[in-house]
Amino acid sequence: MCSYGNCDLAAHAASTTEIANNTADPIVMSFTVFILAIFVGYHVVWNVTPALHTPLMSVTNSLSSIVIVGAIIASGPVEMNLATVLGLVAVGLASVNIFGGFMVTQRMLAMFKKRG
Amino acid sequence: MLSANMTELAYLVASILVILALKGLSSPETSRRGNMFGMLGMGIAVFVTLQLDGIENYTWIAVAIGVGAIIGGTAAKRVPMTSMPETVAFMHALVGLAAVLIAVSAFLNPVAYGIADTHGVMHTASRIELFLGTFIGAITFTASLIAFGKLKGFVSGNPVTFSGQHLLNLILGIVMFGAGIVFCMNESSTAFLMMLSVALVLGVLLIIPIGGADMPVIVSMLNSYSGWAAAGIGFTLGNNMLIVAGALVGSSGAILSYIMCKAMNRSLFNVLLGGFGSDASASTSSAAVGERPVKSGSAEDAAFLLTNARSVVIIPGYGLAVARAQHVLKELVEVLQAKGVKVRFAIHPVAGRMPGHMNVLLAEADVPYDIVEEMDEINPEFSDTDVALVIGANDVVNPAAKTDSSSPIYGMPILEVTKAEHVLVIKRSLSVGYAGLDNDLFYMDKTMMIFDDAKKACEAMLHAIE
Repeated sequence: MCSYGNCDLAAHAASTTEIANNTADPIVMSFTVFILAIFVGYHVVWNVTPALHTPLMSVTNSLSSIVIVGAIIASGPVEMNLATVLGLVAVGLASVNIFGGFMVTQRMLAMFKKRG
Repeated sequence: MLSANMTELAYLVASILVILALKGLSSPETSRRGNMFGMLGMGIAVFVTLQLDGIENYTWIAVAIGVGAIIGGTAAKRVPMTSMPETVAFMHALVGLAAVLIAVSAFLNPVAYGIADTHGVMHTASRIELFLGTFIGAITFTASLIAFGKLKGFVSGNPVTFSGQHLLNLILGIVMFGAGIVFCMNESSTAFLMMLSVALVLGVLLIIPIGGADMPVIVSMLNSYSGWAAAGIGFTLGNNMLIVAGALVGSSGAILSYIMCKAMNRSLFNVLLGGFGSDASASTSSAAVGERPVKSGSAEDAAFLLTNARSVVIIPGYGLAVARAQHVLKELVEVLQAKGVKVRFAIHPVAGRMPGHMNVLLAEADVPYDIVEEMDEINPEFSDTDVALVIGANDVVNPAAKTDSSSPIYGMPILEVTKAEHVLVIKRSLSVGYAGLDNDLFYMDKTMMIFDDAKKACEAMLHAIE
């Protein structure tokens, strides 16, 4: 986006073609979020103490089960067909992971104690 | 129901909570709170999704979540800590399968996902995203199942290699991408199914040549894949929450794979080509075994050395966990500490069967984490150590990694136990480790071998001291 005044040319160009040309494609926005999240992940994960690498793996396992969001959308329609049934199975699988992953992580983290 | 903007903002809050969950793991004190943040974030994401337009099948969704919660919760309570690697591998398989099912469901009913026009024709960008999400999910699924089988012992841990293996994988890879491109162009269901089935087969073929010793790398890598699969589904749905969580997991797994490779002085490429730790490499050094003099002693001799030491460093390997000796060892440590001996543990990054596994096993035995040190912290301290006690570890203390440039493990970072005044090694026999190499440490003058099961040896030492 550009500030008002120095973007007359751009605004003119946009108005002469389509408004849509002036806003980024949704996929480009998704890609931006994706790359920024990789950067955040890179910096956060290098700070994880090596002693907690196993809990890190079990918790990231839970986090990747965020695909449950997609599974819920898949199983959303009331009418039952192959698409909804597959969605429901995916909801079940993802929740095994979410509950199992977070609980086993909590169990492991509770074991780490200081001396005395 | 929330407006579209509110929904996005709620997903943003959930994403931040998920980042805080990972940030918490920078120290054990903050980690438990971090895990709570993670649960909260995941809960918000699920509830926000449930109130979306078009989600009406509440009963069945609740049933699916309930069944999953019961299975997952029970498994989380029961699984022994020694079985964490295969558990994690199995969970990766579940994520992969879930991603595949979602992708197939989206392919069957694209209108419900809002990725097709009113005639049910999918947008080109959506087809590409669906292709990526499907094949990454499918490879994650079957590859993780094989990794699970290898770790669990259902499938032989030995590398399975045959001639033309890499060529076959290459051809299948090309077929998979070819079918994927055809699908992206004309939404052909034949191409979609072909791409999916080739990806499933490829997942198996990619993992079978990789030996048991490399499983920590593979489990980390599949961790990464499961994240990319989630991000792929996120692109399909245009959902930032999935993209953020997937990218975090993907980069986490990639970093862990890198750390593991570095700790073994291997390149990821080299691990993926497979064949390492097979019988071929084991036979080269076995001829010399048995010819060289070894100093062996009893548990009483070892107990004497330990009680008279000022400082002791214990190097645990997976053999310790196999013998279930952690708890006895912890008692031994307490007795020594009561006698004024400074005791610490030294952990090599590849000790155990997955990153950080040994730390969890020690924590389970109530060993306080502040006497457990990482390799870089402890290595400078060995020259000031009276006794280095090696229990069930082998390759990670092999001096050949530093001195013998012809050794396959040359260049691998090791725990420098040879710098200690005395070295005690508890081991059942002089058998070779995972890398299939003889270990010069066992034949050194300062080394005393105690040929026994780790648990029995620890019990005997404890008994001798008391």
